[in-house]
Amino acid sequence: MNIHEYQAKELLQRFDVATTRGRVASTPDGAEQIACEMAPAEVVVKAQIHAGGRGKGTFANGFKGGVHVCKTPAEVREVASKMLGQTLVTHQTGQSGRVVHKVLVAEAAHIAREIYFAILLDRATAAPLIVASSEGGVEIEALAARAPGKIIRERINPLAGLQPFQSRKLTKQLGLASSQLKAATKLFDGLYRTFTGLDCSMVEINPLVLSTDDKLLALDAKFNFDDNALYRHPEVAAMRDTAEEDPREVEASRHGLNYVGLDGNIACLVNGAGLAMATMDIIKHYGGNPANFLDVGGSATEEQVTEAFKILVADKRVEAILVNIFGGIAQCDVIAHGIIGAAKTVKLDVPLIVRLEGTNVEKGKQLLQESGLTIIPADDLADAAQKAVKAAKEKHTS
Amino acid sequence: MSVLVDKNTRLCVQGITGSAGGFHARQCMEYGTNVVAGVTPGKGGQKFDEEVPVFDTVAEARAQTGCNVSVIFVPAPAAADSILEAVDAGVELVVCITEGIPVMDMMRVKAQLRGKPGRLIGPNCPGIITPGAAKIGIMPGYIHKPGNIGVISRSGTLTYEAVWQLTSRGCGQSTCIGIGGDPINGMSHLDAVKLFNDDPQTEAMILIGEIGGAAEEEAAAWIKENCDKPVAAFIAGATAPPGRRMGHAGAIVSGGMGTAAGKIDALKAAGIAVAETPAAIADTLIARMKA
Repeated sequence: MNIHEYQAKELLQRFDVATTRGRVASTPDGAEQIACEMAPAEVVVKAQIHAGGRGKGTFANGFKGGVHVCKTPAEVREVASKMLGQTLVTHQTGQSGRVVHKVLVAEAAHIAREIYFAILLDRATAAPLIVASSEGGVEIEALAARAPGKIIRERINPLAGLQPFQSRKLTKQLGLASSQLKAATKLFDGLYRTFTGLDCSMVEINPLVLSTDDKLLALDAKFNFDDNALYRHPEVAAMRDTAEEDPREVEASRHGLNYVGLDGNIACLVNGAGLAMATMDIIKHYGGNPANFLDVGGSATEEQVTEAFKILVADKRVEAILVNIFGGIAQCDVIAHGIIGAAKTVKLDVPLIVRLEGTNVEKGKQLLQESGLTIIPADDLADAAQKAVKAAKEKHTS
Repeated sequence: MSVLVDKNTRLCVQGITGSAGGFHARQCMEYGTNVVAGVTPGKGGQKFDEEVPVFDTVAEARAQTGCNVSVIFVPAPAAADSILEAVDAGVELVVCITEGIPVMDMMRVKAQLRGKPGRLIGPNCPGIITPGAAKIGIMPGYIHKPGNIGVISRSGTLTYEAVWQLTSRGCGQSTCIGIGGDPINGMSHLDAVKLFNDDPQTEAMILIGEIGGAAEEEAAAWIKENCDKPVAAFIAGATAPPGRRMGHAGAIVSGGMGTAAGKIDALKAAGIAVAETPAAIADTLIARMKA
């Protein structure tokens, strides 16, 4: 799950992490009002969408840049009016861009130095790891490739938490002055409490800045949350903005389905994440392109399968559907009932290839046979993938 | 011989009175697994299916039945506590089936397990089976066949796929271990490889991995130096887009790390035969064993 920059700022403030003053507005009036409250400070107006590259983006109305520094409240109002309700296209949004519904109006920071600081979950050591660099404001992967020596790593004992001496060590390694020790220690501690307190898998501050008046401020933050822990953070779960997501994925998540939208034309319905990935891989191997990843889960109900099937059929890109089920806990007859149920309510006008194996396989095959649905049966995984690729090609040229 | 579980396994089922726990406890018993105890706090003193005694704590179950392996079907919010409870009670092997445990909980569990004798398989896994002897988990029993191939996997149904391919070709399995799809888990690919390498019954191994992390690379490096048994592998997720979680919490390529291509290269460099498609896993191993 992703959140907006203004929401990240709210979360940091909750954990006493120093950041610039700022609030979000959804109208030009509101934006001007915030700027008035902050006057005479210079402010920056930032379009709130999930994609990166906003500063260099262009609006569909021709207005350039999703990030603007403004000197007066009137200027803030004008810039906000050109952003709100408009579509912003950046290198991450694709051609269609994203509609801007909110702008962040924040105090402009006068930057003396930029630092990179992140806390993430290190799988290899099963512990939180701080990754930092005195060179901030750049992409960390690029920096790691170019100058690996400039990356600082500090492992945290998950039972003990971040120790003050570790924060002091990091402060000095980042080249900050002795006078910054107290502020830096407080900020790092706040970030660690944010990381653990909200069940994050990553909190990235890029950049963490030292302002010209010697203040340490978290200027921009990126959060990754552990989806498995969202149940204990309803306030974070409520920050989800479904307008920013693939509508197919939003619909799937409503029904508890694991779905990831892709660009191909062969839809897949599979039980189990590993088998679902492997099904995509084998489609690609035989020259096809998967339209999605879909794991209906081990204990899928008939209703879930029906809803899953509807999502696949509604996808205009789809030119063939491959159902690959290896029944373990999930039973083939339940899956068959779900498919038949869906076919009653939606019109199926693409070829349907079904491979069933495992628990109650004979019952499942029989149900599908008696349903009157036009189904291309497959004997095994390779056969199923080849038939799906062939059927999609024929459908495409027909 | 086999690894970790066999006819002598005395199984405890944590969460036996829940719907999933009860269903699978029955399935395991039907397969012939020796289920000696169940645990559900507050239901101590009851009998499951008029046969298996239910206890409030694993400590009581262990003291009164001598259970040496525990399988966990407890819901995610309480599962981490259940793992620690089983290890604390002195159970030698804990198999956690539960999916959806917060990673922060697993991080703390893992830190507390360090230096303790109990082993953990999972979470978010199908479990472990020694065909014909003991089934501890949710895998369909009938697709397995006793034999000499060790199977290690991060996935559930993809493991069934590989096992079914083996069984259909007449190749039985010594033991199949599902290590689970979470970013932080108990037994790693490497831990399982070492067990199979030391097991005289196991003649060859299948290693099934997926995108995310570096556990497959770690196992490959060890196999290259220490293992003479034939090994075949498959890595799922070559077509997965970077930065997206593919169902399993641990199946994600981030910052260019954990890609399928990187894992396949590491496996091949270690002399492991890598199946080109998931349909060719068994055939790839059989060809390697004949070579």
